Amino acid sequence: MTDTSPPPAPQLEARRAGRFLFYAGVALLVLWVLVPIWFLFVNALSAPSEVTGFPKRIWPSFDLASVQFFLQFQGVTQALWNSVKVAVLTMILSIAMGAPAGYALSRFDFPGKEFFRVLVIMTRAFPLPLLALPLAVMFIRTGLDDTVLGLALVHAMLALPFAVLITFSLFSGIPVELEEAAWTLGCNRLQAFIKVVLPLALPGIMASAVFAFVISWNEVFAAAVLTIENRTLTAFLLQSLNVSPLPLKFAGGAALVMPALIFIFAVRKYLFAMWGIANR
Amino acid sequence: MAEIVIKGVAKDFGAFTALHSVDLTIADQEFMVLLGASGCGKTTLLRIIAGLETPSQGEVWIGGRRVDHLPPRARGISMVFQNYAVFPHLTVFENIAFGLRMAKVTGTEVDRRVRRTAELMHIEQLLKRYSGELSGGQRQRVAVARALAMEPDVILMDEPLSNLDALLRLEMRAELKGVLAESKTTTIYVTHDQVEAMSLADRISVMNGGYIVQADRPTEVYRNPAARFVGSFIGNPPMNFLPAKSEGAGRWHVAGQSFAGPQGSAAEFAIRPEDLHPSDTGLSAEVRVVEPLGPHTLVTAQVAGQPFRAVLDSDRHITPGEVITLAPVPDRIRWFDPETQKAIA
Repeated sequence: MTDTSPPPAPQLEARRAGRFLFYAGVALLVLWVLVPIWFLFVNALSAPSEVTGFPKRIWPSFDLASVQFFLQFQGVTQALWNSVKVAVLTMILSIAMGAPAGYALSRFDFPGKEFFRVLVIMTRAFPLPLLALPLAVMFIRTGLDDTVLGLALVHAMLALPFAVLITFSLFSGIPVELEEAAWTLGCNRLQAFIKVVLPLALPGIMASAVFAFVISWNEVFAAAVLTIENRTLTAFLLQSLNVSPLPLKFAGGAALVMPALIFIFAVRKYLFAMWGIANR
Repeated sequence: MAEIVIKGVAKDFGAFTALHSVDLTIADQEFMVLLGASGCGKTTLLRIIAGLETPSQGEVWIGGRRVDHLPPRARGISMVFQNYAVFPHLTVFENIAFGLRMAKVTGTEVDRRVRRTAELMHIEQLLKRYSGELSGGQRQRVAVARALAMEPDVILMDEPLSNLDALLRLEMRAELKGVLAESKTTTIYVTHDQVEAMSLADRISVMNGGYIVQADRPTEVYRNPAARFVGSFIGNPPMNFLPAKSEGAGRWHVAGQSFAGPQGSAAEFAIRPEDLHPSDTGLSAEVRVVEPLGPHTLVTAQVAGQPFRAVLDSDRHITPGEVITLAPVPDRIRWFDPETQKAIA
C-alpha cells in the first residue's frame, strides 16, 4: 500500500475513539490493581498520625512506627512464622504430588486421561466452606487439627490443580526426543529425567512452587477454621484486625501483600510461559 | 560385529496396524536405508530396533543377541533424531560427552573421543557453545558426533537431513556417507527421499503400508522393481504403466503394438521414461506438455488414453499437440501381475 491519503473522517474518528477506549481500559485496569497497593504501602510506611490525614502524600514518609508496632504486637511474629511454615510445606507437597502427575499427563497415554484432567480442575469447583466443616471434624478425629501439617494439606489441595496443569504444560514443552536421546545414550528413565528433563523444567517448576506458596500465604478461610493456637498471619489478622487501630491494619495488610507481590514479580516470566503464552 | 536380524516384527497401535510381520536381515557394517512415504511404518520399525517402541510380535536380534526385551541403553545402539535432540542445557562438548559419561569412561578418554568425533564432524570450534547458538546444520553435526562418540555397533538415523535446506542436505549427505563408511558401524537410515536413499544405501528396503515390499541394492530396486508400487514410487518421473492384452504364446498387445512378454493371461506393461526413444515404430504418444530440463527434455504425453512420460534427448524439438512414436528399449520392459501387483520374471 502506497496510498497515504487520510481515511475519511468518520473512520478516523472511530479509530481515535477505539484507541481512547483501549488506553482508558488499560489505565483503569492498572489503577484497579495499583491504587489499593499504593494506598496500603503509603499508610503502612507513614507515621500513625498521618494515616488518618488528608490529602495523602504520593511517597510515604518512611516512618516505621506502624510497622514496628505491628511487629511487636502480641502473636504477630508467631503467626508470620506459622504462615511461612505452612506455605513452604504447601509448596513442597504440591510440587511433590503435582509434578509427577503433570509428567504422567504429558508423557503417557492411559485410559481415563481426559477424565483425570477434568477431575483435577473439578477439585476447585467445590467451595471451601462446604469442605471446611467435614474437614475440621476429620482433622479433630485424626489429630491434624490446629497443626501446620493439617493446614498445609488443605492448602496443597488448593494448589495442586495449578501445580498439575502448570507442570503438565511445562513437560509437554520439552520434546520427548530429548528423553529418548538420553535413553539411547545410556540413561534409564529416572536418569534421563534427572539429567535432561529436570534441568530444563526447573525454572518453571520453581515458578509453580512459588505460585503454590502464594496461594497458601493468601488463603484465609481454611486457616481461620482449622487453626486456633497455630494461626497463620491471614487468620490471625482476620481475627484481630477489626479490633485494632487503623495504622496496624495497614501494616498488617502490607505484610500480607508484599511476599506475594515480590514472588509473583520474580517469576512473572515463567507464569506467562506456564499459561502457554510463551511456550507454544 | 553387529548383524541385525528382524524376525516377524509386527506393531499395532490400537486398531491400526503400523507393521505387518516384517522380516529383514541387515549385514554387519551394511548401510541399510528404509525408504517409504510417511505412514509406511519405516520410523516405527526403526524405533522398535532402537527400543523406543515395543513390538506387538516378533524378535529383534543385534549381534547375535536377542534385544527386543532390553531397554535402549542395553542394545549397543546410537540414534540420530530428525529434530536433532541436542540437549539445550549442555554445551556441545557435554552433549557429545553425555553418553561417554553415562558409560563411566575416564575423563581423559572422554576428552580424546569428544575431540576426535568433533574433528570428524568439523565442529571442533563449537565445543563451548550451546545448541541455541547453533544453526540447524551445526546441530545435526553435533547429533551425529554424539552418536559416533559412543563407538556403537549400530547407528540408527531417523530422517536426519530432512530439516536442512537443500544445499546443506547435499553436503551433509556426502559427508555422512564418508564418515559412516569409516566408522565401520551397521547403519539403518530412515528417509522418504529416494535420491538420499539411492546415494547412501548399500541396500534399500522399500516400505509401503507396513510391509517391506523390496529389499535390494539401489540399482536393482530401480531397474527391477519387485512390485508395481516400487516402480511407481522410485524414479523421478516414475515408471510408466500400460494395460496389456494377451495375444497368446507370450505375445502382448499394448497400445496398438505387439511385445514379447511373459506367459500368462494377465499382465501390465511397464517402462521407465528414460528407456524410451523416438523411432519410426513404437507407441504412438500425443504430446501434452514439454519441459526442457537442460541435459534432457521431459515430455508428458498420452498413450492409449493413459498418462505417459518420456525423458528424451534435448536435441530434438518437440511441440505440444504433436504425435510422436516412442520405442521402448526391449530389455528394459518390465511386466507386473495386475492381480498381485508383483513383478513377473
